[in-house]
Amino acid sequence: MTTPALRDLVNRHPGQADQEPFLEVVDLRVHFPTDDGLVKSVDGLSFALDRGRTLGIVGESGSGKSVTSLAIMGLHTRPASDQKRPGAQLSGEIYLDGDELLGKTPEYVRSLRGKRMAMIFQDPLSAMNPYYTVGHQIIEAYRIHNPVNKKIARRHAINLLGRVGIPEPSSRVDAYPHQFSGGMRQRAMIAMALSCDPDLLIADEPTTALDVTVQAQILDLIRDLQNEFNSAVVLITHDLGVVAELADDLLVMYAGRAVEYGSADQLFNRPAHPYTWGLLGSMPRFDRTRSERLLAIQGTPPSLINVPPGCPFHPRCEYATRNEGRSEEVRPELAAVEPGHTVACHLSQTDREEIWEQEIVPKL
Amino acid sequence: MFAYIVRRLLWAVLLLIVLSMVTFSIFYLIPQLGGASPETLATRYVGRAATAETVHLTAERLGFFDPVPVQYWHWIKGVLVGAEYDYGAGVEHCPAPCLGYSFITKQPVWPELLDRAPVTISLVVGASLIWLVAGVTVGVISALRRGTVFDRGAMGVALAGVSLPIFFTGLVALAFFSYRLGITAPGGQFVPFSENPALWAYSLLLPWITLSFLFAAQYARLTRAGMLETMSEDYIRTARAKGLPERAVILKHALRGALTPVVTIFGLDVGLLLGGAVLTEKTFSLNGLGKYAYDGIVNNDLPKVLGVTLVAGFFVITANLIVDLLYGIIDPRVRLE
Repeated sequence: MTTPALRDLVNRHPGQADQEPFLEVVDLRVHFPTDDGLVKSVDGLSFALDRGRTLGIVGESGSGKSVTSLAIMGLHTRPASDQKRPGAQLSGEIYLDGDELLGKTPEYVRSLRGKRMAMIFQDPLSAMNPYYTVGHQIIEAYRIHNPVNKKIARRHAINLLGRVGIPEPSSRVDAYPHQFSGGMRQRAMIAMALSCDPDLLIADEPTTALDVTVQAQILDLIRDLQNEFNSAVVLITHDLGVVAELADDLLVMYAGRAVEYGSADQLFNRPAHPYTWGLLGSMPRFDRTRSERLLAIQGTPPSLINVPPGCPFHPRCEYATRNEGRSEEVRPELAAVEPGHTVACHLSQTDREEIWEQEIVPKL
Repeated sequence: MFAYIVRRLLWAVLLLIVLSMVTFSIFYLIPQLGGASPETLATRYVGRAATAETVHLTAERLGFFDPVPVQYWHWIKGVLVGAEYDYGAGVEHCPAPCLGYSFITKQPVWPELLDRAPVTISLVVGASLIWLVAGVTVGVISALRRGTVFDRGAMGVALAGVSLPIFFTGLVALAFFSYRLGITAPGGQFVPFSENPALWAYSLLLPWITLSFLFAAQYARLTRAGMLETMSEDYIRTARAKGLPERAVILKHALRGALTPVVTIFGLDVGLLLGGAVLTEKTFSLNGLGKYAYDGIVNNDLPKVLGVTLVAGFFVITANLIVDLLYGIIDPRVRLE
């Protein structure tokens, strides 16, 4: 059952509003029972994404970004191999090309993994098996979903390594992950993810472990490959600089829910949530002098077991006092501030515009 | 790589030399330091009724009055190229490797060791295969079913296996498998493999079970710990994200990493046991190297003990060498340079 109210709020690419989006997440909740209580890692998240588009999901550590991506991939379903840990409790709906995934069997979702949806992980050194060659791991990914012999798969792997920009792919294919540099490993990781031409590519902090020059190369690579394959890309990061380069749409997450959602243009030029303001203010910029300090967001992320009542951000929000205590009591829902741009905040339109223009813009 | 192998080989040779020196010191030098005169040592080589003069002459002939390095030199020369013993009445030739003669049986030690070796090798090869397969299997299942009845039961049994001595588990196994179930030979009758493979296995089944129980327990615990560690690695999540079936994720990706320490320890354990599984052989009256050493110790039969010690040391050093050389294959991250 879908929640029509939420579906209406979901941002869609202009002109495609009537068409079903390629990936649609509706009211996703991922809760983990622990001894200390129920950890609500994701608590009512909705978004949509079309082929050829990139959605950036931004937020601090623990805001639920990675948990969301693992939920889409079906990697939260407790594997048979881990019976002690109580599994994650998932609810809501995830549509991939019209196919609702949360209601499907693990085996069905497994058959989609790697083939229709693939993932790039943060640290390519620990994310690749040190005991097998890079080529072996790409060949393995390819042969799971394509019944070809090893020779053909190997040619495919060499081809892929060449396409992601690894020099001398026919000899590098037999190298072990530790023999690659960090950037090369991430390229190999991307080659592995692309081995079956997935329609959906989830990149979970793909450049966090890399140095800045390599970061830019990897982002260029993801963009080029996306254009080539026309795939949908979910880019998870805490780095606004990364999403600024790639994302068409942006979703800002806080304490397991979306606090602001809109196009990249809207969120960078007319951000509406105090948390987004904080993120923008804490971004280092070239056009600022060195003596100016970066603006940190006060406080720490909230506990996901005892999420603050009302707006989860209110304990850290400078403007929470502006609306007669509503921030402490009433949880704000996402509401449109302009077409295709929603925000979950109690500030009135006038307050918001006033603060943005008079307090935030001068500081940025 | 080549330089590495050469260096490891040289190390192994050096270790063997040190081993021979230490062994020599323990059995020949320390008794002398402890007050034993060359004559008391020589009494072991002559009959009970020998006169003081005979004893003195024998000690002289055996070189017990020579300086220690010379004595060591004679001894190691005997091991490497053979020795001649002048009995006065004639010369006895002891071909290399000459490890001397048993005080009790007056037989040369080396041929006896060769005679006993197949028993120990049969025992160790069979038992090691059983404990490797059983231990790893139980360890993997335990890790995957962590916290379940199977896991707790298996780990309880493993704890018992590690704690209980062979001569106890051996007798329990004897009572159960041989006398109650009648599926194993009660032990003692070793049939060479070349004679009758089926009887060979039947005769060794009980010692195999007993010995492998001790080791399987350790291997199950080791494998379980390794599996729990590798199952939480990032690359396991990657393997799942590729759409790999869970079985392949476990057997191919998780087990591979968990087996690295197991293989290492396996090499060392086998090397150590090849020098004689003393308790198992004694418990089941198997005439292997361990029993040989045991008999030597009980009867103060120095050359026997010395021979087994050298052979055992050789096995341990060789096993270490093999494990070292295999490391580059076991773990590709280790560069053998």
